[in-house]
Amino acid sequence: MNAPTRYVDDSTKGFMIWSIIWGTVAVLVGILISLQLAWPQLNVAPYLTYGRLRPIHTNAGIFGWGIGSFIGLFFYITQRLTKTPLWSPGLARLTLWLFNIGIASAAVTLAMGINRTKEYAELEWPLALVVAVIWVLFSVNVFMTILKRKEEQMYISLWYIMAALVGVTVLYVINNLGVPLHLFKSYPIFAGTNDANVQWWYGHNAVAMVLTAPPLAIFYYFLPKVINNPIYSHRMGIIAFWSLIFMYLWTGAHHLLWTPVPDWIQTLAMAFSIMLIAPSWGAVFNGYLTMGGKWEQMKTNYLVKFLICGITFYGLQTLQGPMQAIRTFSAFIHYTDWVPGHVHMGTLGWVSMVLFAAMYYVTEKLNDTEIYSVKLADTHFWLVLVGQLIHSITMWTAGVQQGSMLLATNPDGSLHYSFMETMIAIFPYYKIRAISGFIYLAGLLVFIYNIYKTFQKGAVAQTAKA
Amino acid sequence: MLEKNPVIFIILAFVVIMIGTTVTMIAPFKWINGPADRIAEVKPYTPLQQEGRDIYMREGCNNCHSQTVRTLAADVERYGNGGSYSKSGEFVYDRPHLWGSRRTGPDLARIGLKYPDPNGMWHRKHMDNPQSVVPASNMPAYAFLNQPLNFAYSERKMKLLNFPYTRADLDELKGKSEMDAIIAYMRKLGTDLPTKKAEAATQAPAARNNPFSDLKAVKTEALSLYAKNCAACHGDKRQGSLGPTLKGSAKSDAELFAVISKGRAGMPSFGSSLDEQGIWKLVTLIKLGKHDD
Ligand code: HEC
Ligand code: HEC
Ligand code: HEM
Ligand code: HEM
Repeated sequence: MNAPTRYVDDSTKGFMIWSIIWGTVAVLVGILISLQLAWPQLNVAPYLTYGRLRPIHTNAGIFGWGIGSFIGLFFYITQRLTKTPLWSPGLARLTLWLFNIGIASAAVTLAMGINRTKEYAELEWPLALVVAVIWVLFSVNVFMTILKRKEEQMYISLWYIMAALVGVTVLYVINNLGVPLHLFKSYPIFAGTNDANVQWWYGHNAVAMVLTAPPLAIFYYFLPKVINNPIYSHRMGIIAFWSLIFMYLWTGAHHLLWTPVPDWIQTLAMAFSIMLIAPSWGAVFNGYLTMGGKWEQMKTNYLVKFLICGITFYGLQTLQGPMQAIRTFSAFIHYTDWVPGHVHMGTLGWVSMVLFAAMYYVTEKLNDTEIYSVKLADTHFWLVLVGQLIHSITMWTAGVQQGSMLLATNPDGSLHYSFMETMIAIFPYYKIRAISGFIYLAGLLVFIYNIYKTFQKGAVAQTAKA
Repeated sequence: MLEKNPVIFIILAFVVIMIGTTVTMIAPFKWINGPADRIAEVKPYTPLQQEGRDIYMREGCNNCHSQTVRTLAADVERYGNGGSYSKSGEFVYDRPHLWGSRRTGPDLARIGLKYPDPNGMWHRKHMDNPQSVVPASNMPAYAFLNQPLNFAYSERKMKLLNFPYTRADLDELKGKSEMDAIIAYMRKLGTDLPTKKAEAATQAPAARNNPFSDLKAVKTEALSLYAKNCAACHGDKRQGSLGPTLKGSAKSDAELFAVISKGRAGMPSFGSSLDEQGIWKLVTLIKLGKHDD
């Protein structure tokens, strides 16, 4: 590193370590709940029942692993792209403390059954406030760094970061509006169909502003760095960016097809979901074309493998998503295991793959050293890839099978299968999915070991120098 | 310019995301839950039902159970329990909505129509140990809900939610368990609207005759249906336990058919989970199987 500016990276390191810890919690709880679906005897105590654990899984995954690593990596990226040190390192350290207190309290309160039940906005109002404060502190820090920047041009990654800062704030605040009953309970200000419509406007845009824009920011920063090519097209980036953030907000009701939500909202959601293919694939192609002439690195550079695999799953995800938003297809797979198949291709295939690459890269840079073992990184790659593929493929199969059984009718219009028959048919898939979780976990442990060893190596090199 | 001024950029990004938000999220407030959606028969929750609803949320039942019958024919048939698909006006008192996104278990929007027993015998047995009623179920056991209900906040809840209540409603909470509350909530779900199909179903079978007159021909199938659906309450050998013995009956075939398909008191209705042929086979088993095991 020969940059003239002194970057502050202690909080990046802290956020990375803690997000890996929360990510491991998410995976462990994920394995436990997937086992519970196959063996209900595993619901051993009230706070360990499936209904209470599932939100812990999703919150640890999205907030702990996802948002935690985004904050850390955005501190890193923003400083480099602006050639400016972080506006307030103290504030960043405070943010990390609050973050860990917040996630730990989230896990405890959800286990106690303190739960608003709105998906991805389960936390009761005091904790929701903490989450909002964390996000604002982080946003101010990043935004002030951008304001004070020394590099005039703002690179694509910064746009996605800024969109996420505004987007998440608006979404989270509105979906959490409620009236407190006491410290641990509140009721939303919206009722019934309104509440559902607000929830899924939030829910789907949490996908946009948390599981799409931030990983794209990270992808666009690290891919060019890793292969040492400039981004293929700045203009394509601009068009894709604005149309993406414009269209996403119209699509929430694709989670509510065939429900009492007014038809015209459903139809708009369906139409905009299909249009979203264009900007999504714009982003994918911009990535592929950036590889221009360097495709051989897919073999030689482990980071390229993670990044290109990640963007490919993003591409598949944004074809599958619009398909699920079509009424006839939704009738078939909505509410079935197909959807967890979609979800985990996104979270494990897209988001996590990109995060793994970024974390390897940043760990090398922070320690001024090479990764401890490329071979282990390769092993990690294959284990998480296979784990995720088995997970998604078994769930898609289960979803199609159960979906078609649930809709099957006899000539007289009566139903052909009882609910339990459809459920017994998918038990084998539940068991295979649980195994896939262990494979994924093995990959994650290899990753953690490799990162740990690299930090150790860096520390040794430092002492040797001193 | 845009790529150089972060303040303008962030304002523009805000404006862009607010367009879709305004059209699909804010504007609908004007119509949803408005006068056109109102359904006079739909009543707010009583204090006991609301406590039950809060326990439903606490336990995260919504992670496995949805609460909306979609307009699809198969949905209405499977989860309507004689009622129709869900309408917006049925949910105006739901804060929050509990529509859910997964059906690991069946939809519960009209579960009150399926198990109408005022004592909730089916629910009690099922909640204590779901596998005792449905052996292959993966629903967790909720026997731990058999503990006293904390109703310290009940009155405040009613006030906050603006629901009418009486002293008697509040007095009713004394001595109740959490299980009583959640069952009261289950029993309310879907029962506000009149159900046309349920009435039609009672009349229909009387006109028809049992197509099976020989027990031997249907015995294996009837016994397996019995073991799967009925043994939990009527005993392994039809000797009776929670429900009465089913070794022989003085009732007519049509009457038995009606009880099984429609349910009665503690007896759940099987009209939507068993087909007609299956029910007739069970009737044959009950009537002619007095001395068989
Ligand atoms: C792990 C997922 C899971 C959770 C959590 C769960 N259930 Fe279930 N539930 C099921 C399944 C599967 C069935 C169908 C088999 C059966 O009847 O047990 C079911 C059936 C039911 C039924 C009967 C439905 C019918 O049509 O006969 C009711 C009522 C019910 N559950 C209520 C609840 C309540 C109340 C809670 C929360 C306290 C809950 N469930 C939590 C999975 C779940
Ligand atoms: C959850 C427990 C439960 C299950 C499961 C159940 N029953 Fe019942 N059943 C009862 C109870 C309780 C009664 C008594 C109802 C009453 O008091 O009116 C009853 C009554 C009946 C009666 C009326 C008996 C009479 O002489 O009046 C018939 C017939 C019957 N059940 C058949 C069946 C069949 C067939 C099945 C399986 C398809 C079944 N039941 C499953 C609880 C159950
Ligand atoms: C490999 C380890 C994992 C396993 C075994 C696993 C397992 C599960 C299971 C069993 C469910 C419930 C599905 C259902 O409703 O039937 C679930 C849901 C979910 N998981 Fe995971 N998970 C894993 C990793 C992750 C990670 C790392 C994330 C986030 C980054 C994540 C995000 C989610 C989300 C968002 C849902 C909710 C899906 C929905 O509502 O349809 N999971 N997971
Ligand atoms: C163009 C892009 C996309 C579209 C149109 C889309 C569409 C959809 C639809 C229609 C559903 C609801 C399925 C159902 O319940 O029937 C859904 C669920 C989901 N999608 Fe996507 N998707 C897209 C991209 C993504 C991406 C990139 C991710 C990243 C991880 C993602 C994560 C999720 C999650 C977590 C859910 C589950 C929500 C829940 O029910 O709890 N989606 N998506």
